[in-house]
Amino acid sequence: MNVRIALLLLLWPFASFAQGFAGLGSDAEGFAIPQPDPEFDFPADHGPHPDYRIEWWYLTANLTDANGTSYGLQWTLFRSALAPGEDEGWQSPQVWFAHAAVTTPNAHFATERFARGGTGVAGVVAEPFRAWIDEWAMEGPSIDKLALRAQGPDFAYDMVLDAQGPLVFQGQGGYSVKSAEGQSSYYYSQPFYQITGTLQLPTGPVEVTGHAWLDREWSSQPLSETQTGWDWFSLSFDNGEKMMGFQLRQRDGSQFTASTWIAADGTTTAYPDGAFTAEPLGVTSVAGRDVPTRWRVRLPDRGVDAHVAALNGAAWMPLTIPYWEGPVSISGSHSGVGYLEMTGYE
Amino acid sequence: MSHWRRNPLQLFAFLAGLALATALWSGVQAINAEARASYDAAAATLGEGQYDQIVPVSGDRIAQADFVTLRRAGWLVAPVIEGRLDGVRILGFDPLSSPAGFGTGQGGDPTLLLGDVQVIASEETAANLPPDISVNIDTGIAPNLAVTDIGVAQRLLGRDDLNRLLVLPAQPLVRPDLADVTPHLRLQPASQTADVGELTDSFHLNLTAFGLLSFAVGLFIVYSTIGLAFEQRRGVVRTLRALGVPLPQLIVLMVIEILLLALIGAGLGIILGYVVAAALLPDVAITLRGLYGAEVSGSLQFRLSWWGSGLAIAVLGALAAAAARLWRIARMPLLASARPRAWAMTSRGGHLVQGSCALVLFAAAGFLAGFGQGLLAGFALLGCFLIGAALILPVVISPLLRLAQNGARSPVARWFWADTRQQLPGLSLALMALLLAISANIGVATMVSSFRLTFVSFLDQRLAPELYVQTDGAAAAQEIEARLTSAGADVLPLLVVDMQVANQPARLFGVRVGPTYRNNWIFLDERAEAWDAVAAGTAVVVNEQLARRSGLWLDDQVEITPGRSLPIAAIVADYGNPKGQVIVGESLFGMLYPDVQPRQFGIRTDDAAGVREILTDQLNLPESAITNQAALKAFSLQVFERTFTVTAALNVLTLGVAGFAMLMSLLTLADLRIPQLAPVWALGLTRRSIGRLELLRTVVFAAVVFVFAIPVGLGLAWVLLAIINVEAFGWRLPMFLFPVDYGRLGIYALLAASAAAAWPAWRLMRTPPNALLKVFAHER
Repeated sequence: MNVRIALLLLLWPFASFAQGFAGLGSDAEGFAIPQPDPEFDFPADHGPHPDYRIEWWYLTANLTDANGTSYGLQWTLFRSALAPGEDEGWQSPQVWFAHAAVTTPNAHFATERFARGGTGVAGVVAEPFRAWIDEWAMEGPSIDKLALRAQGPDFAYDMVLDAQGPLVFQGQGGYSVKSAEGQSSYYYSQPFYQITGTLQLPTGPVEVTGHAWLDREWSSQPLSETQTGWDWFSLSFDNGEKMMGFQLRQRDGSQFTASTWIAADGTTTAYPDGAFTAEPLGVTSVAGRDVPTRWRVRLPDRGVDAHVAALNGAAWMPLTIPYWEGPVSISGSHSGVGYLEMTGYE
Repeated sequence: MSHWRRNPLQLFAFLAGLALATALWSGVQAINAEARASYDAAAATLGEGQYDQIVPVSGDRIAQADFVTLRRAGWLVAPVIEGRLDGVRILGFDPLSSPAGFGTGQGGDPTLLLGDVQVIASEETAANLPPDISVNIDTGIAPNLAVTDIGVAQRLLGRDDLNRLLVLPAQPLVRPDLADVTPHLRLQPASQTADVGELTDSFHLNLTAFGLLSFAVGLFIVYSTIGLAFEQRRGVVRTLRALGVPLPQLIVLMVIEILLLALIGAGLGIILGYVVAAALLPDVAITLRGLYGAEVSGSLQFRLSWWGSGLAIAVLGALAAAAARLWRIARMPLLASARPRAWAMTSRGGHLVQGSCALVLFAAAGFLAGFGQGLLAGFALLGCFLIGAALILPVVISPLLRLAQNGARSPVARWFWADTRQQLPGLSLALMALLLAISANIGVATMVSSFRLTFVSFLDQRLAPELYVQTDGAAAAQEIEARLTSAGADVLPLLVVDMQVANQPARLFGVRVGPTYRNNWIFLDERAEAWDAVAAGTAVVVNEQLARRSGLWLDDQVEITPGRSLPIAAIVADYGNPKGQVIVGESLFGMLYPDVQPRQFGIRTDDAAGVREILTDQLNLPESAITNQAALKAFSLQVFERTFTVTAALNVLTLGVAGFAMLMSLLTLADLRIPQLAPVWALGLTRRSIGRLELLRTVVFAAVVFVFAIPVGLGLAWVLLAIINVEAFGWRLPMFLFPVDYGRLGIYALLAASAAAAWPAWRLMRTPPNALLKVFAHER
């Protein structure tokens, strides 16, 4: 068995979840558990929360170049704790890993990094904000103004981000419920970044601009044992409104859904299970499996009944933990762009 | 088939012979395969030869900050720390950043490192670790090695630094130059040859040769058994043919019979071989796991390669042995009798053929020794030489016996020699087997002991200083040198840099020429005043590997830096080191590489404890920075001790097999002997004295064979050391003679032969007189 897969099966609740693996993540082993009605403390909460099992700094961007060609970009830093708390040097129980990807209409580049906490190879500092692993970094004077870079063997990017709106709290004031049994996480976003920079692709450098969306989430037991995978949508409509919606697929074929409506000024409305629905319309065969890459998403309360289609159906992340993640375009009741992440398609 | 039922002893001999032969072959193969796998595991664990590495320009430590700096600069590197704890090698790595599969050899699970388990090691190694360390037993880990998480390793070794960084195969798009990030580190490209195990590979090769020899001995047993069985069945064959059974049908039936028996024998042998291997390998418990089919990596497993080869060789061998006999049966005139005397007579004609075959083989061997190239030629030479020696044995013994017979005075003595001579054809195969066994033992004993002697003197030469000190900086180095010199110790700084010589990786050493080098280093070949020339910077010393591989020898020029060449003043033996070495004087080295500082010192002193005290108490060096030469030597020797043990055990086994061959031949001959002995008994010799004479005869045979085996064995050793080793590894082992060992072997051989003869002789003594009388009543 590949060393890292073995390791990550142990580490990453997603993994256990994606593999239909029960047991881990269901009991908290001394990890702190998210509580309702959170009070966030910024900038400190932009930094890590080592008492929680998992945490991420998840940035996706929809980009276009001067010719109007669309691109997608992902930069994600994950923290996964073997035990709660922090320690010096190699004794640190914190494991860091990161994914970076660039999607073009006909290509997809993805790579990953791994590092242990405690040595300085990877980490996050809240003030001034800095999240890094190896030479990859998302850093700036504050979370609102960031420089972003990452690279793999065949691609690289170097971007600048500038937030045009406030932080947005998902679920109930940042307390996001993930199942009917009450699994939950702390979850807030910054969906208002303007982003510019350069993609280095095998075909040469490309100057791009666009919009980026940062998700911050931490928890100790985000998923229920009966859940087999998820489909997560972050949609930015052309009128400035935004919507986050996800469905957690249950083993019995039902779904648990949640969504947040984000007005152009950043005010949010959270919707309970069932308000948001996502229905697969078509699949792409990628990496030996069929992944739904065309969707009909609905949020009747907001009059949303739209088609979501992948820019590139082959945006498969062939990493230690494989999943699908790529830019989408929206048509129908609303138009716009967004990002789609899907896990658990075996 | 009824023949075998009526002669269970022959059936037993046939099966046991094949089984023993196969057992030895497959046992040796198994040990070889396992040992190789464990060395491979060691190599894999080290990552040596697989990945580029980043190492310090001088010394052997890297600050952990350098690792972080490099990662942050975009260099995907993985940290490695190495050290010793109670003699056990501790290897620490980071399971997260290391290349996949690195660290635990075959399929171990490094995730355990992050749990409660502290280190992973074999059971044997675990016993040597401090009791407070929790160990997860994994047989895939090389002997004397404990693999652990880098953090645990640092804690165990009391360090906070690293030894080297592995460069991962996939690197990102943009990376700064290494020299711009960490100028004090350098990139060492992956070497194509694995460093570990070259020395021991030499042993494996010899062990394989030894296994083949054992098999040849076994085949001789089979051959003689089949011979006897067919000889005795002539009557039946004659009758059957007279009754009208067609010859082809008879032969086909007999071939099928032999094939079946061969398969059974070989099958038994493989199981036996497994047991032999399991007994010789330390971990029997684990072995059993393998027996029951559990695929436990690192434990002894039924590898297709060795049981397949065992089976194939056994069946082919048995068929080859039977072919000659079947040929004879096919050509046998229907009414030919099968008297032993007639047999001996025809054998004389055979001697001529056999003798000439032997001479042809010797000639071929001589040719191969002179003009052969490559390992294959080496083995062919070995085969020609040994088979030739075996074939010529009866040809040589026969006239000797006639001489003895002519010289004998008393009638009993004359009868004894004549009868011995008459026995020769029947016993000659067993004797050849004994010859091969004894010479193999002499050869291997010589090889192993020469190896050991050479290795010890090599260690004495290379580890002459009483203490070795490792430092981590130029400043510390200067202080150590100054402080110890004033304390009266002789300090020998060791300067090293990796380079390319004649397109081969080599290391350039700068040494302070002094009595240590002058007195301890033994050159294979040298010019006068070699060390003076090295000290003056006008010549270099190179190791044998470099010299042989690049075809350089004394006075040839070696380019040590671009545009600067120096002549070779001496060649030094450097056993088991795959890399070339070039040794220059300290001052020349300083001129060529002014930046390289010594980080290792050899210290010559009469007061090792005092110097150690100065180093630890006054200079604050950690204990781990000081290596005691005696401990180092003992450790190095210990590595080889295991192989010696295995070789010794195999020695005993081959002699056992040869003894068994004797026993079988004597037993099968015993019944035939009665008609010949009856007249002697009737003439007044007691059964007791006849029995004693029988025993004596065997001892005489064994003694003659032993004397003959000495030159053969030494020849074998010479081929192994001077031809096969050079072809395989590029260096020649000097050969030493060990008369005491040979004497002991001789006694063992005589004992084995006597033991083999004891039972037939005892049976003879107990032969009821009426059995002897019956001979006169009705001749065969």
